[in-house]
Amino acid sequence: MRLGEFLLVAVLALPALGALAVVATPRDRAARIVGTVVAGLTLVAAALLLVGDRGWTGYAADAPAVRPWHRLDLPWVPGLDLRFHLGVDGISWPLVVLTALLTLLCCAYTVWKVPDGGSGRALVALLLAVEVGILGTFLALDLVLFFVFFEVVLLPMYAIIAGWGGADRRRAARKFALYTLLGSVLLLVGVFTVVAAAGTADVVALTGGTGLSRGTQLAAFTLLALAFAVKSPLWPLHSWLPDAHTQAPTVGSVVLAGVLLKMGTYGLIRIAVGVAPEGARWAAPVLGVLAVAAILVGSLVCLAQRELKRLIAYSSVGHMGFVLLGVATLTATGIQAALIGNVAHGVITGLLFFLAGAVKDRTHTGSLDELSGLRETAPRLAGLLGFAAVASLGLPGLAGFWGEAFAVVAAVEVGGALWTTLGVLAAVGGALTAAYLLRLLRRVTHGRPSPAVGRLTPGLAGVELVAWAPLVLLALAVGLAPTLVLGVAEAPVDALVEVLR
Amino acid sequence: MSVVQSVDNVALLPAYLAAGTAVLVLLADLLVARSRVTLATAAVGAAATALGAAVVGAGGERRTFCVGPDCSYVFGGRAALVAGVVALLTLGVLALSGPLLRAGQSPTGEYCFLLACSMTGGVVLGAAGDLITLIVALETLTLPLYVLVGLRRGSLASAEAAVTFFVVSVVATTVTLLGAALLYAATGGLHLGRIGALLAERPELLDLPLTTAAVALVVLGLAFKVAAVPFHAWAPATYDGAPLPVAAYLSTASKLGGVVALLAVVQHALPADVTGPVLALLAVLTMTVGNLVALRQRRTVRLLAWSSVAQAGYILAPLGALALAAGRAADARTAAYAAAVAYAVFFVVLELAAFAAVVALRPAGADGGTVDDLRGAARRHPWPAVALGLALVGLAGLPPGLAGLFAKVTVVRSLLDGGAGWLAVVVAVNAVIGLAYYLRLTAALWAAPAASPGGREAPAAAFAPVGGVSAPVRARTVGLVLVVATAVAIVIGFAPQLVLDVAAR
Repeated sequence: MRLGEFLLVAVLALPALGALAVVATPRDRAARIVGTVVAGLTLVAAALLLVGDRGWTGYAADAPAVRPWHRLDLPWVPGLDLRFHLGVDGISWPLVVLTALLTLLCCAYTVWKVPDGGSGRALVALLLAVEVGILGTFLALDLVLFFVFFEVVLLPMYAIIAGWGGADRRRAARKFALYTLLGSVLLLVGVFTVVAAAGTADVVALTGGTGLSRGTQLAAFTLLALAFAVKSPLWPLHSWLPDAHTQAPTVGSVVLAGVLLKMGTYGLIRIAVGVAPEGARWAAPVLGVLAVAAILVGSLVCLAQRELKRLIAYSSVGHMGFVLLGVATLTATGIQAALIGNVAHGVITGLLFFLAGAVKDRTHTGSLDELSGLRETAPRLAGLLGFAAVASLGLPGLAGFWGEAFAVVAAVEVGGALWTTLGVLAAVGGALTAAYLLRLLRRVTHGRPSPAVGRLTPGLAGVELVAWAPLVLLALAVGLAPTLVLGVAEAPVDALVEVLR
Repeated sequence: MSVVQSVDNVALLPAYLAAGTAVLVLLADLLVARSRVTLATAAVGAAATALGAAVVGAGGERRTFCVGPDCSYVFGGRAALVAGVVALLTLGVLALSGPLLRAGQSPTGEYCFLLACSMTGGVVLGAAGDLITLIVALETLTLPLYVLVGLRRGSLASAEAAVTFFVVSVVATTVTLLGAALLYAATGGLHLGRIGALLAERPELLDLPLTTAAVALVVLGLAFKVAAVPFHAWAPATYDGAPLPVAAYLSTASKLGGVVALLAVVQHALPADVTGPVLALLAVLTMTVGNLVALRQRRTVRLLAWSSVAQAGYILAPLGALALAAGRAADARTAAYAAAVAYAVFFVVLELAAFAAVVALRPAGADGGTVDDLRGAARRHPWPAVALGLALVGLAGLPPGLAGLFAKVTVVRSLLDGGAGWLAVVVAVNAVIGLAYYLRLTAALWAAPAASPGGREAPAAAFAPVGGVSAPVRARTVGLVLVVATAVAIVIGFAPQLVLDVAAR
């Protein structure tokens, strides 16, 4: 077994076995530490995927559009066309590392603080189980395997929300589970629409839509796009998201917003657009209009929000709108913007949810009416919140800028009345994004300290700094050097756009 | 021409073993009269039957009771699978019955004898080659169940359930028999293969109203047995009134019997383009109504009963897709039959695990109780609760219940291969509805116990001196069934190809 294959297996096997080890460890705190160590090892394995023999030699004209650096292809269930086919390339690698990083941070955070509701051990085991599903989704190069991993995430995440969430957690968790299951069963139908027509489930062979009739592609893209739109979530299928985020414990929100939503956008790029490009071209205007609607609706709802976590949740709807707009343009610029927007949103929103959780834990309220003057009593927390909010609104030099700016640029570049209008409206949405985030900052950090805020002490726990520092640094690093993401993604995106023509 | 037929006794071996078990149980009860011995005899007999079916099935297809090319008894791969599964399910149900019989609510001898008789019917059913053998085998499978359902002493619900079941089932059998008779009148054949060949050779027969009526009566009569909507109303009342192990048997072995009978008729005898639309309609109604009504159930066994009605819909769906696949290649049709069988196998394993877990979590001899009775069960008995959770999640078709996930995948795949995309979407949407109630039951296991412990627990405590036990009895046999069923579910979850291979034979 070559190093690359070994690493691919390790990235999935480590958290899977780690989850079992955590359950088997008798003492709660020791179990949480075991989980954190495993998450750390997973991150190392994920990062190492970049090095070593990447197994590709440039991009020749007749090579397939997906050229993984490493791949592992074993038969599993021949009767269902299911192969255990994994691979990693420049589109999936940044997301794999982001997933491993956020899970590690969440596990470390849980060592320090277990939310009310259940044992910390079970929470860490569930976080690792979610990680297996998300990583598997990003690594799968077999349609059926992709679907299986897509489903793996659902119940552990349900359990995290239902077990450790806020007061209304059961309803929120149920809504999350049912909505996302609706998405994934549509994915199942879509996947087998493709497999039945093409006779294979190999993503590498299927990318480019070779061998699929136009009718099949339109049907498949519709089903797949709906499935991923629920997960991403795209307006108007987003209504599970605010409830789930508001009720989920801090670590749940971080994983949910940070990487779980990316399964939808990643699937859209890799599976829906890749496998059914003709369907994608056909549906692109609709997708673009919905994306811009999501940006505008998300921003406007945020302007009226009175709850901290709910506001950040709705901001995700807007940000995911930019990502989907980038994908909908079907140009290299747009898809690059979508990828970097994905990563940036994961980093920044992860940080925002950590900070919102910290504020809520300290003040026991998330209501914007009861929060003000944070900078007076907790200046460090307020400073970090300010940084994260400014990064989220897309200030140049921070991670959020590239995705949003270039999604707009890509839309305008496509030209024509529709796309130019969409680009302009998205830019307006960007301005609204700035407006609600600045409103958030004004309400929470400025002014006279409210009674809830007045009791705070200025200090931050060491673990909090450890959990947040990597995200702050990444937000800066990706903002200053977007090539960190785009460098690896450029070649595969160009290859993908090539087959879209 | 000799009047004496040569009989292939090897092919009949599993049936002999099953029938022999029933006789031995009767003798053991009469001569030894020790409950433990009777149970052990039945268990050993069931195991031997399963083994016999596996050994005979491994040797290739065997036919006997033949008239010319038509045989009444065809013991091939599927017959072996059905016989083996039914025998193993009987073994499992016997083990689950330990606490019930020890509590003295049902007479052991009769109970084991009836179960063994029912097993005999199931073993022969898979091998039936003509309509009469098929119907008689099916009746042998269900007839003992009327008594078993009502065998709980002093339970009015049990008696009611038995009468409901009896009346409905007898009507269904009569309808099927009438259909068979009309089919004989129209075609002059009773062997499944012959009827199929005749209808294919002379399509003008299908234009006769008599043939249409006959086909409809056969299919609808069998639909009663699988509790397909709108012929389902007996199932929830019967399941809920029956003792828990009998309910487990009803929803696994008995349901499997119905499916196998329907499959045999549809595959060999009746033209797919006539039965297909009917079955597609039945499938859609069954899964949708089953799921929607299950949403409203408060009693555990009723919830499982309605959910198994819905599951029957998923099993029927691939058969419905045949309407569209009728003009297609034979392998698409074979794939659809295999998908239905595979789903049925995945389903009975998960269903048995679920019932075993409910038995393990409930007091000995008790009925299923309400969902609230299981609230917080995971705190008191973590392992049975985990097993129940796994089985329920599997029935919902989600990881970590991979067996259920692959079962759904198999059905959806066969539907899309058969060109029935709309039916696949209906199945998909139903999976979402199904998750709602499976999740409710699963979540209840881990929920905090009911707010007023005095209110709900008190009657149970007051009951304790009368019933003898208030806490669940940890019968070793029940635990064993639970462990084995869960282990099998996990193994076929990771290696579904095992089931798919056996189902395709």
